[in-house]
Amino acid sequence: MGDIDDIAKEKRVVFVTVGTTSFDALVRAVDTPEVKNGLFKKGYTDILIQMGRGSYIPTRATAENGSPALDYFTFSSSIADYLKSASLVNSHAGSGSIFETLRLGKPLIVVVNEDLMDNHQSELAEELAERKHLYCARPQTLYKTISDMDPGSLVPYQPGDAKPVAKLIYRYLGFPEE
Amino acid sequence: MEKGDFCISTMASSNIAVLLTIGVITVLVIRIIYVINRSRKPLHSKSPRSLSTVIVLGSGGHTAEMLNLLYVLQTERFKPRYYIAAATDNMSLQKAHVFEDSLLGSAQGSRGAEFMQIYRSREVGQSYITSVGTTLVAIAHALWLMIKIRPQVILCNGPGTCIPLCVIAFLFKVLGIRWSSIFYVESIARVRKLSLSGLLLYKLHMADQLFVQWPQLKEKYPRAHYVGRLM
Repeated sequence: MGDIDDIAKEKRVVFVTVGTTSFDALVRAVDTPEVKNGLFKKGYTDILIQMGRGSYIPTRATAENGSPALDYFTFSSSIADYLKSASLVNSHAGSGSIFETLRLGKPLIVVVNEDLMDNHQSELAEELAERKHLYCARPQTLYKTISDMDPGSLVPYQPGDAKPVAKLIYRYLGFPEE
Repeated sequence: MEKGDFCISTMASSNIAVLLTIGVITVLVIRIIYVINRSRKPLHSKSPRSLSTVIVLGSGGHTAEMLNLLYVLQTERFKPRYYIAAATDNMSLQKAHVFEDSLLGSAQGSRGAEFMQIYRSREVGQSYITSVGTTLVAIAHALWLMIKIRPQVILCNGPGTCIPLCVIAFLFKVLGIRWSSIFYVESIARVRKLSLSGLLLYKLHMADQLFVQWPQLKEKYPRAHYVGRLM
C-alpha cells in the first residue's frame, strides 16, 4: 500500500504564468471552481500562479477533496525552474514563454489575452495548436480545454534552426558559405 | 524698360530655381531607385574580412530570436559589433553581454563589442502630444549613434526601435555617406501578417533582405525570404 500512497502524494503541479505585465482574466479563470475541479479530475494536485502586476488576487488554498492546492507570486527573476517542475503549463501567448515551455517538452495550454489592442499574439498560438504542439484557449473556454485535453496526444516540438538565415546573409555579403 | 527688365530677370531667376529643384529631385529619385535596385543584389566584394555590424535588440522574444541567430553566425565576420536596445529595456543588453562573454572562451574571440541604449519614440501608454517631442529626441539620438558607428551591416527583427536606425542607414546610402546592408528577420510570432516594422521596411524597400519564418508570409509577401523557424 505504501507505493500507492507515494503515488497519491506525488505532486503534479500546474504552473500558470502571465509574463511581465498582467493578465487578470487568466488568473480569475484559473481561480474558478470549474477550472480547479477540472484540473483535479485530470490528476493535478497543485496550482502555482505567477500573476505579474495583476490586481486580481486569487484565493490561496491547501489541497482538499475535489480541489488542488493553490499558491501564487508576482514575479521571479527566472521562471525556468517553475516550468521544469511543472506537469502542465498555462501560459499567456508571448513567444518567449511558449518556446521555453515547448523546449522543455511540457504540456502547454496557451491562453490568449483578448484585451490586448494589437492581438497578433493569437496567430502564433493558433498556428502551433493547429500543428498539435499545444492547446490554445481563451480565458472563458479554459475549463473546456482542460476537460477535453489529452496531453499524451501532443506532438513534441522540434526546435528551429537559424542556419538557413545565416547562409543567406553570408551569400548576400559575399562570405563563403559553410 | 527698366521695370520690364527687372520682371524678366526675376522670372528668369524663379525659373532657374524651379529647374534646380526639379533637377535635384530627379537626381534624388534616380539615386533612390538605384539604391533600392542595388540593395536587391548580393554585394560583389570578394569575401570581406569583417564588417562592422549594428545588432538591434528588440526586447523579450525578439531578443531571444536574435540571440539564436547570433549563436550560429561566425562572429569574426561581423565585427566590431554594436548592440543597441531601447533605454527602457535592461534585460536585452545583459543577454548580449552573456553572449559576448561566451565567445571569450571560444576560438572566435570577443573583442570590439559595444553596448548602447537608444531612446524610444513612444512608450506604451504615452500621450500623442508628448510623443512628438520624444520622437524628435529619439530621431536625433539615433542619428548621432549612426553617424558615430556608420555600420556596414544592420541586423534587426523588430519591434519599432529599429525603424529610425534603418531609415537613417537608408538615407546614408542615398546620400553616399555609407553603404550598408540591412537584414530584417520578422518575428516568429508573425504567422499571417507582417508586423508594422516589417511591413514598413518591405513596402519602402528599405531592407536588403527580409526573412520570414512561416510559409504563409512568403506567399503573401513574395519578396521576402522564407527561412523556417529560428526558435
